[in-house]
Amino acid sequence: MTTTLYTTDHEWLAIEGDVATVGITDYAQSQLGDVVFVELPKLGRVLKKAEAAAVVESVKAASDVYAPVTGEVLETNPDLASEPALVNSDAQGKAWFFKIRIADKSELGGLMDEAAYKAHTA
Amino acid sequence: MSVRDDRDSLRRTPLYDLHVSLGGKMVPFAGYDMPVQYPAGVLKEHLQTRNQAGLFDVSHMGQIALRPKSGKVEDAARALERLVPQDIVAVAQGRQRYAQFTNADGGILDDLMVANFDDHLFLVVNAACKAEDEAHLRANLSDACVIDSLADRALIALQGPKAEAALAKLCAEAPAMKFMDAGPHQVAGLACFVSRSGYTGEDGFEISVPAADAERLARTLLENPDVMPIGLGARDSLRLEAGLCLYGHDIDTATTPVEAALEWSVQKSRRSGGARAGGFPGAEKILAHFDHGASRRRVGLRTEGRAPVREGALLFADSAGGEPIGKVTSGGFGPSLNAPVAMGCVPTSLSALGTKLFAEVRAQRLPLTVAAMPFVKNTYKR
Repeated sequence: MTTTLYTTDHEWLAIEGDVATVGITDYAQSQLGDVVFVELPKLGRVLKKAEAAAVVESVKAASDVYAPVTGEVLETNPDLASEPALVNSDAQGKAWFFKIRIADKSELGGLMDEAAYKAHTA
Repeated sequence: MSVRDDRDSLRRTPLYDLHVSLGGKMVPFAGYDMPVQYPAGVLKEHLQTRNQAGLFDVSHMGQIALRPKSGKVEDAARALERLVPQDIVAVAQGRQRYAQFTNADGGILDDLMVANFDDHLFLVVNAACKAEDEAHLRANLSDACVIDSLADRALIALQGPKAEAALAKLCAEAPAMKFMDAGPHQVAGLACFVSRSGYTGEDGFEISVPAADAERLARTLLENPDVMPIGLGARDSLRLEAGLCLYGHDIDTATTPVEAALEWSVQKSRRSGGARAGGFPGAEKILAHFDHGASRRRVGLRTEGRAPVREGALLFADSAGGEPIGKVTSGGFGPSLNAPVAMGCVPTSLSALGTKLFAEVRAQRLPLTVAAMPFVKNTYKR
C-alpha cells in the first residue's frame, strides 16, 4: 500500500514501508517551465529534512528541491540525466527524483495529503 | 514558490490586455507588468522565433525624438556625439546605428539605437534607464535639440525567418529594407516607424506604433499562422545565443565599450587620429583602451555538460584553489544549441578562444571554454 504525501515546497513522497520515492509536483513543474537539467543527490548521502537535495534547472532559472524527510539516499532516477523534460511531461510518475530510507516516521506528521495540497496550491 | 509581488505600482504597456487574453504569465520587469512567457513556454517560443516568427511587446523601452532647433538633422547628430562614442553624423537618412551613452569614467550608462529620420533623430533606449537617459539628454543637449519623449507610442518586435513575409502583407516597403534600415512607414494603414533590426540574432523588424493602435496591429500580425507571441524569457535566451549584451548585466557603468568587446560599434572617426576623435564622456579612458588594450574583456563561454552556468557564478583559472578571475555576466540554456551558453568578464590574458576556465556552481567547479560569439549564426538581411 502506497501513501502519497506533499510538502509546502511542492515535493511529493510516495511512501511504501520505510522507503519514500520523492519528486516535484505537477504544479511545481508548471511554475518552473521547461526543465533542461536535473542534479540529483549522490547515492548513500544522508539528507536532513529541509536540506537542499536536488536542483532543477529550467530555461529561466535554477530551483532547489528539498529533502522532505531525514534519511539515506537509496536510488536516483537515471532517466532524468538523458531526458530532463520528463519532469514536465510526467512529474508525478516517471520523473521521480530519488528514493530515501525514512529515518524517523514522525517527520511525516507535518506533511499534507492530496486534498490539503490541492487547497494549498488553489 | 515565491509570493507574488505587489503589482499595484507596476506600469502596463498598451498591449497588457492582449498579453492577459493570450495567457501570458505576467511578471515585474523594469517597473512594468510584462509577459515572461505564454502557455507554449520559453523553449517552444524560442524555437518558434528561430524557425518561423515571433511577436514581442517591447513597449516598455523608451522612444525619444531628438529634434534639432536649427532644423538640420546634422546639428542633432553633432550634439548627440557629445554623449556617445559613435559616429552619428555619418548615419544616413533612413539608417540606424547601435550606440552607447558613456560616463566620465568610460563606463556605459545605457546602450541604444539611433536612427536618422531626415528632420530628427529617433532613439530607442532601455526601459530601466529611460528616465535617466531623458534627463541626461535634456541636461546636455537642450542648447541644440528639443528632447521629445514619445510616451504615446508602443513598440512591437517581429523576429524570425517568416517576419518579412508576415510584415509584407501589411507594409509593402518592408521586403526592400535591409538590416538597420529605419524610417516612417504605413503598416496596416497606421503611421509607424519601422526598422529592420532586433535583439534575437534573426532577421526581423521593430515597429513603433501609436499606443491607441498597438493592440489592433499586434492582433492583425498574430492572425498570421506563422506568428506567435513571445515572452521576455525567450527574448533573453535568444539574445544570449546571439551574443548580444543585456544592459545592467553584461555591460554597466563600470564597463567600457572595449572591455565589453564592442569595439566594432565605435567608428574610426571617433577613435584616436579620427576626424572627430574623442569629445564624448570618458573619451580619455576609452581611447586608451583602444590604443593600449583593456585588462579585462567580455567573452562567450560554453560548458561541457548540460548544467547551465548562470549570472554571478565566479570564474577560476584552475579546477581547485586560487582566487576568482572573473564572473559570469549572463548565462542560461540555449534551446537552439540544446546546451548551456554564457558570457563572462575575464582578464584579457585569459580571453583567447579555446581558453579553459572553471565556473563555481553549487560548490563545484564546472569546466568551461572561451567560445566565439554569436553562438548561433545570425541571419540579418544585409
